[in-house]
Amino acid sequence: MSILVLAEHHDGILVGATAHVVAAALKLKASIGGDIDVLVAGENVGAVAEAAARLDGVSKVRVADNAVYAHQLAEPLSALLVELADGYSHVLAAASTTGKNLLPRVAALKDVSQISEIVEVVDADTFKRPIYAGNAIATVQSADSLKVITVRSTGFDAVGEGNSAAIESVDTVVENRHSAFIKQELAQSDRPELAAAKVVISGGRGMGSGENFKLLDGIADKLGAAIGASRAAVDAGFVPNDMQVGQTGKIVAPELYIAVGISGAIQHLAGMKDSKVIVAINKDEEAPIFQVADYGLVGDLFEVLPAFEGRLDQ
Amino acid sequence: MKILVAVKRVIDYNVKIRVKADHSDVDLTNVKMAMNPFCEIAVEEAVRLKEKGVATEVVAVTIGPKAAQEQLRTALALGADRAIHIDTSAETEARVESLAAAKLLAKVVEEEQPGLVILGKQAIDTDNNQTGQMLAALAGLPQGTFASEVQVSGDGGDKKLQVTREIDGGLQTVELTLPAIVTTDLRLNEPRYAKLPDIMKAKKKPLDVKSPADYGVEVASKLTLLKVESPAERKGGIKVGSVDELVGKLKNEAKVL
Ligand SMILES: Cc1cc2nc3c(=O)[nH]c(=O)nc-3n(C[C@H](O)[C@H](O)[C@H](O)COP(=O)(O)OP(=O)(O)OC[C@H]3O[C@@H](n4cnc5c(N)ncnc54)[C@H](O)[C@@H]3O)c2cc1C
Ligand SMILES: Nc1ncnc2c1ncn2[C@@H]1O[C@H](COP(=O)(O)O)[C@@H](O)[C@H]1O
Repeated sequence: MSILVLAEHHDGILVGATAHVVAAALKLKASIGGDIDVLVAGENVGAVAEAAARLDGVSKVRVADNAVYAHQLAEPLSALLVELADGYSHVLAAASTTGKNLLPRVAALKDVSQISEIVEVVDADTFKRPIYAGNAIATVQSADSLKVITVRSTGFDAVGEGNSAAIESVDTVVENRHSAFIKQELAQSDRPELAAAKVVISGGRGMGSGENFKLLDGIADKLGAAIGASRAAVDAGFVPNDMQVGQTGKIVAPELYIAVGISGAIQHLAGMKDSKVIVAINKDEEAPIFQVADYGLVGDLFEVLPAFEGRLDQ
Repeated sequence: MKILVAVKRVIDYNVKIRVKADHSDVDLTNVKMAMNPFCEIAVEEAVRLKEKGVATEVVAVTIGPKAAQEQLRTALALGADRAIHIDTSAETEARVESLAAAKLLAKVVEEEQPGLVILGKQAIDTDNNQTGQMLAALAGLPQGTFASEVQVSGDGGDKKLQVTREIDGGLQTVELTLPAIVTTDLRLNEPRYAKLPDIMKAKKKPLDVKSPADYGVEVASKLTLLKVESPAERKGGIKVGSVDELVGKLKNEAKVL
C-alpha cells in the first residue's frame, strides 16, 4: 500500500500546495505504511522534480517529462495517472483548479468515487470534508480499493524541505488528439500567493471600482499581504477571477484576514472563516461579516483605509 | 447541433443549513430547494447557443427524486426543448454520488449523441466538483471545465470548441474537438429569469421519465456517510471604535502585526 501524490507546478516552480498534500499523505502513511511517491508531470520539469525531492516524507519522485504533459491538460495527464495508479492504494492531489480538473477523470476511469477537498485524515479509508459551503463537516468512508482524493491545503501544515529523495523518470507517453492548449493569461504580481500568504486583505463590492482597490495596495505592501476579493467585486470587473475567495473560489486561512466592504455571505465566509484573526471594515453595522470578525470597525472604508495605512507607519 | 444540459436539484443557496440532531446528515425537511446555481448558468449558455443558431435543440436531464421535475420544468421555462428525468425515488434514501450521476449521464450521451454537454462546475450541496470530469472520462470526450467563455468555430464535421477556463492563476484557453463536455463557472453568463408565459408553456413541453435500471446503471455507491457535524463556531468578537484602537488590538492583543 503506497501513496502517489501529484505535484503541482507553474512556470517550472513547485507550488506550495504540494507540501500540504504530502503532509496529508504522511498522515495516511501513519496508518498504512508504504511509500509516498510524488509524480511530476510536465515539460522541462527537472527543477520541479528537485524541489519535490526535498519535501520531507517523500520516498521517491517520478518524473514524466514530455511535451504532451505541458500545461497540465486533463486528458493526457489523467491517462498517465491511470497508467501509474495500479501500484498505489491512494492517489492524492491538491484541491486546486489543476487537481479538480484531473482527479475525477482518474477516479471515473478506475471506476471509483473521488473524495473531494479533505481537511482531515481519520484513517486509511475515512476522511473529513466540508459540504454545504463549509456549514457542515462530513465524515466519509470509502470501500473502494483505490482512493482518489483532493486535499484542501489549509487542512494540513506543509512538510519541511530537508529531504533528498531519489528521482526516477517515467517513460509512459500517452496520446492526446482531443484537446490543445491555446493560451494562458496569468496574473503577474509581486505579492505572495493568496493560498500561502500570512496576511490577506480582501475588497468587496463596497470598494466601488477597480481603481479604488489601490487603497488596499499600500496596506498590503506594508503587511506583506496578498489581496483577495469577493465574488461581487470580481463579477463587477473590479479585479480578475483568480482573486475570488470563497466556496467556489480560493480557500484561505491566514494569520490575519481583513475584509473590506464585504457583507459576509455564506459563500464568502466558506473561503476565509478558518483564518486565525478576522478584521471586518464595513459601514453597515448589521453586516453578517461582523458575526465572524474578531475585530469589527464600523465605518466608511474610504476614510478608514488611508488612516489604517498611515497608522501602520507609526 | 444538440446540446445536453445536466441540472441538479439542491438546497437554495440562500438557506442556512442545519445538521440533524443524530448527526446522520443535513436536515432537508421543509427546506427551500432550487436548481443548482451553476446549472442555471449551464442552461442559460445552452439557450444562448440555440438563440445564436449554433444549437438546434436543448435537452435538460436530471437524476433525482420525483420533485426534481420542478427543476426540469424551470429549465424548460428558460428555453430547453425537452427534458429527461432519471427517477431515483425507488433507490430509497440512496444519495446519488457524482460517479453514479456521471455513469447515467454517459448513457444518456450515448443515446442522445449531443454535440456538446454542459454541466455546472460544482453542486453547492456536496461541493464535489466531479461529475463533468467523470462524464468526460467515461464518454471518452475532452473537457473544458470552469468555463468563463465558450466559442464554437469551424463548420460541418470540423467544428471545434474554444473554452476559456478560470484557473488558479488567471485564465487559460483550450481548444477541444466536438463532442465535448463543458462545466460552467460564475462568469460564463448571467442567467435570465423565467417569464410567466414561458413557465406556462413549459408545462406542455415533453418530459420523459426513466429509471437507472433502464440504463443498466447501479446507483449505490461505495462511499458511506458516517457522520455530519456542524463546524467549530467562531466566538463572536468585538467592535472597535477607531483605527487607532484596531491597530492597537492587532499589535498587542492578537499579536498579528
Ligand atoms: C453559486 C454561488 C457561488 C458563490 N461563490 C462565491 C465565492 O466563492 N466568493 C464570494 O465572495 N461570493 C460568492 N458568491 C456570492 C455571494 O453570495 C455574495 O453575493 C457575495 O459574496 C457578495 O459580495 P460582497 O460582500 O462584496 O457584496 P455585497 O453583499 O453587496 O456587500 C457589499 C458590502 O460593502 C459595504 N460597503 C459599501 N460601501 C462601503 C463603504 N464606503 N465603506 C464600508 N463598507 C461599505 C456594504 O455595507 C456591504 O456590506 C456565490 C454565490 C453563488 C450563488
Ligand atoms: N443528480 C444529478 N442530476 C443531474 N446533474 C447532476 C447531478 N449531479 C451532478 N450533476 C451535474 O454535475 C454538476 C457538478 O456536480 P458535482 O460534481 O456533484 O459537484 C452539477 O452542476 C450538474 O450539472
